[in-house]
Amino acid sequence: MRLLLTALALTAATPALADWQATLDAARGQTIYFNAWGGDQRTNDFIAWVGQQTEARYGVKVEQVKLTDTAEAVSRVIAEKAAGKDTGGSVDLIWINGPNFLAMQQAGLLHGPFVADLPNARFVDLSAGAPASLDFTVPVEGMESPWRLAKFVFVHDSARVDPPETMADFVGLATAHPGRMTHPNPANFMGATFLKQALVELALDPAVLQSEPTEESYSAATAPLWAWYDALRPHLWRAGESFPENESVQAQMLNDGEVDIAMFFDPAAAASMIEQGLLPETARVFVPKGGSLGNVSFVAIPYNAAHKEGAKVVADFLLEPATQARMQDITVLGSFSVLDPARLDGAARAAFDALPTAPALPTLEDLGPTLAEPHPAWMTRLTADWAARYTK
Amino acid sequence: MIGARVIRGLVVLGIGGPILAGLAVTLAAAFGWLPAIGAREPGLDPWRQAMALPGVATSLRLTLVTGFGAAAASLALALALGLWTARHPGVLRWLSPLLAVPHAALAIGLAFLIAPSGWIARGLSGPLGWTQPPDLATVGDPWGFALILGLMMKEVPFLLLVIVAALSRVPVAAQMAAGRALGYGAGAVWAKVIVPQLYPLIRLPVFVVLAFSMSVVDMALILGPSHPPTLAVAILRGFSAPDPAMILPASALAMLQAGIVAGGVASWWLAERALAVAGRLWLRRGGRGGAGPVWAIAAVGGGTGLVLAVGSLSVLAIWSLAWRWRFPQALPESWSLRIWAAPGQGWGGDALVTLGLGLVAAALALALAIAWLEAEDRLGRRTPLAALVALPLLVPQIAFLHGVNVAFLRAGLPPGFAAVVWAHLLFVFPYVLLALAGPWRALDAGLIRSAASLGAGPARRLAGVKLPILLRPILTAAAIGFAVSVAQYLPTLFLGGGRVVTLTTEAVALSSASDRRVAAVYAVLQGALPLLAFGAAITLPALVQRNRAGLTGGLIR
Amino acid sequence: MTLILQDVTVTAPGASAPLFAPLSLTVPPGVVAAVMGPSGVGKSTLLDLIGGHLGRGFRATGRVTLDGRDLLPLPAEARRVGVLFQDAHLFPHLSVGDNLAFGLSAQVRGRTARRAAVEQALDRAGLSGMARRDPATLSGGQRARAALMRTLLARPRAILLDEPFSRLDAALRAEIRAFVLDHIRAEAIPALLVTHDPEDARAAAGPIVPL
Repeated sequence: MRLLLTALALTAATPALADWQATLDAARGQTIYFNAWGGDQRTNDFIAWVGQQTEARYGVKVEQVKLTDTAEAVSRVIAEKAAGKDTGGSVDLIWINGPNFLAMQQAGLLHGPFVADLPNARFVDLSAGAPASLDFTVPVEGMESPWRLAKFVFVHDSARVDPPETMADFVGLATAHPGRMTHPNPANFMGATFLKQALVELALDPAVLQSEPTEESYSAATAPLWAWYDALRPHLWRAGESFPENESVQAQMLNDGEVDIAMFFDPAAAASMIEQGLLPETARVFVPKGGSLGNVSFVAIPYNAAHKEGAKVVADFLLEPATQARMQDITVLGSFSVLDPARLDGAARAAFDALPTAPALPTLEDLGPTLAEPHPAWMTRLTADWAARYTK
Repeated sequence: MIGARVIRGLVVLGIGGPILAGLAVTLAAAFGWLPAIGAREPGLDPWRQAMALPGVATSLRLTLVTGFGAAAASLALALALGLWTARHPGVLRWLSPLLAVPHAALAIGLAFLIAPSGWIARGLSGPLGWTQPPDLATVGDPWGFALILGLMMKEVPFLLLVIVAALSRVPVAAQMAAGRALGYGAGAVWAKVIVPQLYPLIRLPVFVVLAFSMSVVDMALILGPSHPPTLAVAILRGFSAPDPAMILPASALAMLQAGIVAGGVASWWLAERALAVAGRLWLRRGGRGGAGPVWAIAAVGGGTGLVLAVGSLSVLAIWSLAWRWRFPQALPESWSLRIWAAPGQGWGGDALVTLGLGLVAAALALALAIAWLEAEDRLGRRTPLAALVALPLLVPQIAFLHGVNVAFLRAGLPPGFAAVVWAHLLFVFPYVLLALAGPWRALDAGLIRSAASLGAGPARRLAGVKLPILLRPILTAAAIGFAVSVAQYLPTLFLGGGRVVTLTTEAVALSSASDRRVAAVYAVLQGALPLLAFGAAITLPALVQRNRAGLTGGLIR
Repeated sequence: MTLILQDVTVTAPGASAPLFAPLSLTVPPGVVAAVMGPSGVGKSTLLDLIGGHLGRGFRATGRVTLDGRDLLPLPAEARRVGVLFQDAHLFPHLSVGDNLAFGLSAQVRGRTARRAAVEQALDRAGLSGMARRDPATLSGGQRARAALMRTLLARPRAILLDEPFSRLDAALRAEIRAFVLDHIRAEAIPALLVTHDPEDARAAAGPIVPL
């Protein structure tokens, strides 16, 4: 039975080449409005490079619409649907995850399933329960295509502090070095992730986090979190009264020596930011010993996108082994690949093996286990709750 | 004659229409009516929701403190510096770069200067032995001092310019001589005699400064506190929240913002009355006393402002050329042109869009302003400009721009370049008209009569006499319009639908990213474009009309 | 070519009584009539009425005709009434020659012919070779003569003189006055001079009307 399912999945994953050719033909000459968070220059540069490649190869131009928050693109599609604009929408492709994906999928705002049609999807493990098939516990069902791996990591300046072993140890660290630790505002995704990382570690029964919270499960699971946070906050930067807007600002603060700790959703960020002169050479990655949250970043196509074919071509190009290898190159982007190494041929594997390495680049073993993201509703409640508790 | 009326009607409709429509949409949304997101139940829920938002009271307090604080401090400093500036008008030439540099660029520079890890702290770190930045809230401080400081750096030069222009309508020298002959010191004459005559002439600009200080967004994003932010920023967050239902409480707050500005202007006006009465009593006491300490404070304030401004602009230039520059080094460890050398990676295209928007908006505004003023000439009737200008410059942008977007969408004008141009025009046109109306109306009427008596009809009088004589003020007005367009943040953000990215939207976004070097490049470019425009406005007439000594911008000699 | 004023009055905006008593006057071709009176009595306003430059809100009664054409309904540029003001009002953005060319009637066609007409007028005004000069560099007397030439080149059917000599110093004054009056008489068109200087009025040698 299991064998049969796998066989079926494989057949489904092998696209009819003729169909793909039709997609390529339709895509030629299209300009794709790729709505992607624009706060990271390296990512922007990488997307610009992707656009040059797809234009040269497939005649598909990519215009990055740089978002300060992915929600902007979501509300734009919502507004278009409300205005009855069901075709020719302004968003062709969105870099999306978690709550935003859930919101769009529930509102029927996504086009698909389309992932299995992409020729390069054969390099991805799309089996049920594989990391690339789940987005914050929500099954992807082919409605969004993976493109980069995100794993929550901390970066510390090894010349100044030793990394704490657990989230609970942060209290000791902050007490010993008052004003030298902070986290992004939880209204920002990274700030919320910091709280979730603590929630997963501190919750008495982490299993409840995998389903939507109820009043009881929420208060039971968050009680230890708030106790921990109340102990931590007074020792934070600016006495926990003010927070950096996002992880980029915090990284700059680490570079300036204003704080000793930063955090990223990108294990290679430290190495490549050192390379770029944006972090001190002594910056090193660490994760709590129980592991850290991780998820896959996806791209999705809105139901009313004006250029669906071009969007698929770009999504497919992002999954190409050569593209993924370039993405993992710390001198370029340094984001871990979403491809399944077991599915790569020799040449593709060699491309990955030849990538440069750096002292600040962790190995997969350093990164420890990947903890499952809680159900998206936890994050929504957590951030609202935090704002109500800690905003004067 | 009908043509002239039609033109004026179109201008009023094109500028006033979107603003009123935008206000109406926002007002309806504030009371629960926004069909676009399925809100069809009018009521007070949005207000209840808005008042329950975490930190809303603090946001309100911040807006009042920073708004009144910046406006009052700017006015006080500008008045104190006014006498000295009037005696050294050459100083204004040095102030104009500050006027031309957009708020966002200056704010980014100021942040680079005064942040705990900023240039000043780096300079102090040697003598004080700092190895890491002090844990001081110098930028984004919970009281909004950094924001007030940033606002003052733009508002003091603006008010100084307005004051010097108004002084030409007050017989300063004669009154100063009369006052001093009565034994009053220069400072006392200035404060007791000149300022009371001056103030009514600059009241509208002062109100504009007050309204702006209370509703500024880009500077508040860069320099203001964020937890919670000022009201205007909190509203922006609401409008762009993941949950579209947040638009309703955000609209309620936007109406509150408009009300606060209206109330602020009203209370300012009342304070004026009270001060006038108090001033009269003070005057009757007949004290001749020297205003020595006031001058000293003004000198220190003006000097500090100048140092901060020069420092802000310099540190931007340095960061744009830096590669590695870690605290506490006073200068970069390594330099690089890498970002400047790669316009293809972003700034090139954004600069072109900014330039295009600015040119189109300035050209349209100029054409409209000329049509407006010429229509006035032909109708033989002058309109008080205050009413038309007050709308876009006094009503907070955040109170109507989201509504304008909704109204444009419904009217079939999707977000994009055209919508942004229109939105820019709402703010560019008033400034262009204000800048041009003075010289236009001051144009020696005899020249026009002479032309008419020589048989030149209205079209020839316009093209052959007025426009060439007014070339310099026309180009200056265009440059002002261009600078206003370059500086626009919210209109581009709201009506660009994310597709129209300018140096300004990008610079503000980059101010909260990890790379100061890229942010600095954008800020330098953002400041350079208006400066180039002003340079062109000065050079071009000088080239075209060299050997024409009688051209003084059309003013009667 | 005769300029005829019949019972003309002008009332200033907001005023109830006219500025001056109804005025009737006939000026035949080649004659320079002088209107005398102290300043503020409405001399310039009278010229504004005839020339078509009256400000908004002024009310006028009576008739003004030139060669039988009723002037008052026409816009200034269609009246063909030249005006010389106190100030020469040379256009500061144009060279001296281009100022004259601006005035030169469009009926003179062809670049050579127009240039020749301008050169000739400059010669007559003693401004030979000054076509390319910046008007700001001319002396007061030169400016006055250039302004007269510019007015005459437009081929007016009548000419109004609004104290055109009052800004000139005494020595220059007689010379310019003679120059202007001689040229106007030579054109054989009616002219109306307003002045408060009795000497101007005497030199005009036409009827003198007190206002």
